[in-house]
Amino acid sequence: MRNPGSFSLPSRILHWLMTVMILAMLFIGVFMAATVGPGYHRLVTVHRPLGIAILVLAILRLGNRLRSPPPPLPADLPPLMKAGAKASHILLYILMIALPLVGWGMLSAADYPIPLWGESMRLPPILPHDPALWAWLRSAHTVLAFLLFGLVLAHLGAALFHGLIRRDGVLPSMVRRVRPD
Amino acid sequence: MATNPVVPPASPLRWLGVVAAPAALALAFLWAGGWLAPTRLTQAGILDALHEASGMQLGFRRNHAKGVCVAGWFEGNGNAAGLSSATVLQQRRVPVVGRFALAGGLPFQTDAPAKVRSMALRLMPPDGQEWRMGINDIPVFPVRTPQEFHDLQLASRPDPATGKPDPARMRAFRAGHPWLQTAMEQVTRRPLSSGFADDTYRSLDSFLFVAANGTKTAVRWAMVPVRPVMPADSHAADRDYLFRQVIDDIHAHPLQWHMMVTVAGNGDAVDDPSRIWAWDDRQIDAGTLTLTTIESEEGGPCTGITFDPLVLPEGAAPSGDPILPARSAAYMRSFFLRSGERSAAPAVTPGMIATPSGAKDHKL
Ligand code: HEM
Ligand code: HEM
Ligand code: HEM
Repeated sequence: MRNPGSFSLPSRILHWLMTVMILAMLFIGVFMAATVGPGYHRLVTVHRPLGIAILVLAILRLGNRLRSPPPPLPADLPPLMKAGAKASHILLYILMIALPLVGWGMLSAADYPIPLWGESMRLPPILPHDPALWAWLRSAHTVLAFLLFGLVLAHLGAALFHGLIRRDGVLPSMVRRVRPD
Repeated sequence: MATNPVVPPASPLRWLGVVAAPAALALAFLWAGGWLAPTRLTQAGILDALHEASGMQLGFRRNHAKGVCVAGWFEGNGNAAGLSSATVLQQRRVPVVGRFALAGGLPFQTDAPAKVRSMALRLMPPDGQEWRMGINDIPVFPVRTPQEFHDLQLASRPDPATGKPDPARMRAFRAGHPWLQTAMEQVTRRPLSSGFADDTYRSLDSFLFVAANGTKTAVRWAMVPVRPVMPADSHAADRDYLFRQVIDDIHAHPLQWHMMVTVAGNGDAVDDPSRIWAWDDRQIDAGTLTLTTIESEEGGPCTGITFDPLVLPEGAAPSGDPILPARSAAYMRSFFLRSGERSAAPAVTPGMIATPSGAKDHKL
């Protein structure tokens, strides 16, 4: 029972597409929040639509995940590791959805216009104008983004642990089509 | 089938692979966030320099801290509609929330004729195509880049012994930046008007107007007072005289400005706010600003927002001026910090606005 099969093609496409998008967003985010350079405005202009795209894809991905269950983890994995994997995946989903919502919400509370594409396509506010709430959400956006990054690092380490040390079916299950045996 | 150990034996090289990838990513993240690049000019660094140069108080703006909210409307006349498709420049009237302020980080500083005065505006057409601006009563900006802004703040910070800028530091800054000599002289030698109501405020930074057909035109603009300009005189007895005067002025009758748009000529420096444009550039009177009400920052509509100059409508866009993105970033950071702090009552209280001073030396 070394090969419990792999994630479906849509699951794999969503996973790797969103990996690139989320890593890009994390790096764009910390860089722009620490710069006053010429790239600042352009990066913020990219950050908003990319974040909203992640929100949309994360919701689709959640639906896909509920419809097509993932292959089981290797049977010989200790229960604690299985629980850790499950919990971290749930947390990743929560953050992929919460982080863009917090970004959108904080700009709403700050009474900024929220251009999505050019100046003509704007997002409506999702929260009332409230400066104290803006300050709170702006801090939350940082904390949650750092939490997401930490989790991604652990997730990457775990994937490599499966792929390089245990050499079980976990990494292949997300990389390519594996027939269950 | 024999059960596999949870952690099977593996060569150190494999373990290195497991650890190295996350570690490399973490390092890159720290670099991107500026933690491994201590010389990079950050938002925090620029606010710290402002703090050192002109002070700071929790809950208040990190610059232009002493101010008052105003409101009224802007009436475009269509003259600039050929250059910019911005809805506010068409023939229509849109509501405006604004703020008059003194440059500097201290919200209780004493008013004086030579302190830089500012007007901030938020033009709010019903279609949501907002335009925000913060404009100053100086002819040019004293610096060209955010780094120079930072260095000038540090050079002009007060010496703890004397409470005044250290002349040696300022001399060193001037000597190191000969290209800013003219700008600094133009700022120092500007004529001073009597108050907020008869002052001219300039965008300093350049922007691009974008016409409906996509044509881009580099512009600057100024709010030029309709009322006659009176020379400055000092009011040593009243530390809030400029604000008391503008309260009386607005209570007496609406204050008006013309929005004069200057179109860049061939020789004009678009991306350098420290260089003045030619005197014979084409000028367009694009509309009239009318301010009719005034309110304290305490509970006023100008407090819980920031006048980010890159909140622009369709029809206006940033130029390549490097000061603009730095302002957008620093204003958001200042707005974030002050919104999370408790502030004291501002210098201009609701009481001051409710009971006009009837100042003896009040002029019309
Ligand atoms: C998955 C989605 C997102 C990720 C991973 C993300 C990540 C980040 C990160 C890492 C930062 C820097 C935080 C700091 O260092 O303080 C940041 C800042 C920011 N984000 Fe996001 N973000 C996301 C979605 C959004 C969305 C949807 C919006 C708005 C619609 C948004 C607006 C902002 C803004 C305005 C800042 C502050 C920039 C500044 O301080 O100058 N973000 N984001
Ligand atoms: C932004 C980065 C990433 C996020 C947000 C993320 C998120 C997720 C989530 C939510 C799952 C659960 C399966 C699902 O519902 O899609 C998952 C599974 C997986 N991920 Fe990632 N991932 C990221 C990066 C990576 C990277 C860089 C690797 C490997 C080098 C990787 C390898 C895997 C593997 C092997 C699985 C399957 C785990 C299992 O079978 O339970 N992921 N990932
Ligand atoms: C790199 C250069 C600059 C930096 C770092 C800077 C920084 C700041 C900061 C931090 C604030 C407070 C924002 C808030 O809390 O809402 C502010 C306010 C302001 N700045 Fe600047 N500024 C710069 C250049 C300029 C220029 C070129 C102008 C004028 C053309 C200008 C005009 C104003 C005005 C009018 C306000 C007050 C807005 C209000 O009343 O709310 N600034 N500045």
